[in-house]
Amino acid sequence: MGTDHDHDHPHEHPHEHDHSHSHGSHVHPPQPGIGERPLRIGIGGPVGSGKTTLVGALCQLLRDELSLAVVTNDIFTTEDAQALRRAGVLPEDRIVAVETGCCPHTAIRDDIAANLDAIEELEARLDAAGTAVDVTLVESGGDNLTAVFSTGLVDAQIFVLDTAGGDDVPRKGGPGVAMADVLVINKVDLAPYVGADVERMLSDAAERRPGRPVVPTSLVDPSGADVLADWIRDELVAWRSGVSATVTV
Amino acid sequence: MTSAATFLLADGRFPAGGHAQSAGVESAVRFGDVSDLATLERYLHGRLSTTGVVEAAFAAASSGADDVRLDVLGAELEARLVSPRAREISRRLGRQTMRAARAAWPSDRLDHLARSVGGSHQPIVLGVMVGGAGGSPLDAATLVLHHLSAAVTSAAIRLLALDPIAVLALQVRTLPMIDAIVVEAPVWADAEPAALPAVGGALTEILAQDHASWDARLFVA
Repeated sequence: MGTDHDHDHPHEHPHEHDHSHSHGSHVHPPQPGIGERPLRIGIGGPVGSGKTTLVGALCQLLRDELSLAVVTNDIFTTEDAQALRRAGVLPEDRIVAVETGCCPHTAIRDDIAANLDAIEELEARLDAAGTAVDVTLVESGGDNLTAVFSTGLVDAQIFVLDTAGGDDVPRKGGPGVAMADVLVINKVDLAPYVGADVERMLSDAAERRPGRPVVPTSLVDPSGADVLADWIRDELVAWRSGVSATVTV
Repeated sequence: MTSAATFLLADGRFPAGGHAQSAGVESAVRFGDVSDLATLERYLHGRLSTTGVVEAAFAAASSGADDVRLDVLGAELEARLVSPRAREISRRLGRQTMRAARAAWPSDRLDHLARSVGGSHQPIVLGVMVGGAGGSPLDAATLVLHHLSAAVTSAAIRLLALDPIAVLALQVRTLPMIDAIVVEAPVWADAEPAALPAVGGALTEILAQDHASWDARLFVA
């Protein structure tokens, strides 16, 4: 982990993925500081929408080519750590939990001090161990639709909604739905069982966030997160080339 | 001071990670030491007169201190924190305060503290920050106890669903106690670091150590 990846060579995508649409409209001049530290990706969304499952899937899809670290704001128990370790998702020393005093949104938006401290400490520790981090995933505790990551904490963010959590949620909107770089409508496989209209969720979401991507997923198998793993690969390339704007999915 | 800066420093939204601190209340609730308004008030009195006095004294003593004195104060405060966990938390909070302080009131003294390995202890960073903002030793000591009172009470509101208006009245009842503690601030400002109060509660440290071993925590400490 982390020793076999090579910054100089672009990765091979495991499946067909058209890059031609990804970078075309992002011709921003490089900004100082950008790309000089690991890329930080926030993953937010309501309780039970599948944030932890998505983190696990992304780790499984990316761990062989990238050095990953995870900072979780979920109420993280030894059991969770053991589950991740048993599944071989990520070694335990690459995962750090941050307590949020019962207010997950405060810790990612209003007062990011504890998360920044934890991220910097974890990244520095792995760097000192000779396994410099490429991407740090910051998982928010489950919260409401207004939760959004501060741009002082992460470079790009994913907001995860649950198909079974009500198909009117994308219409309700809120900063999380509107501002996230990628909106994920997860558990679409459950739609027939809960009477949810996925097409309506996707079109409502698109209306709330014009020009920003909405991705339907089912994470019963980690491959359901393939498109998001590709997005992170593209983000990392853009980040390292000094481009601040996020690429499209 | 009583300037606009005072209110910024006292604001619960000050972005230094204080919102996730319970000042031991999460432990106290689990062990049944705090369960209602009466026991919360007793707990707050206990913290103010033990760890509160020590931290207020070191903040007051740091507010106008030069680099040499700051280093001695750091070592003296370290000696007063017996539990490794209490030391770790104090340094972590110091780093978090430092981040905001250097952006808000940058100074050579803050830069000096930032260079110490692992970061400086919270009360010392806070004292230097208050000094840099134009505040007095009295302001620094008062601010420490204000934030301690806020951490204890807001954590109790969240963990026990207490009535926040009744809790506010409780805080007001403890104000004379805070005022009585901080009258010492001018003395602390010039005192030999070794002579500063050393009355941190043993139970506080034991509970902090135990809290660190929990399988799942809502608050940092």
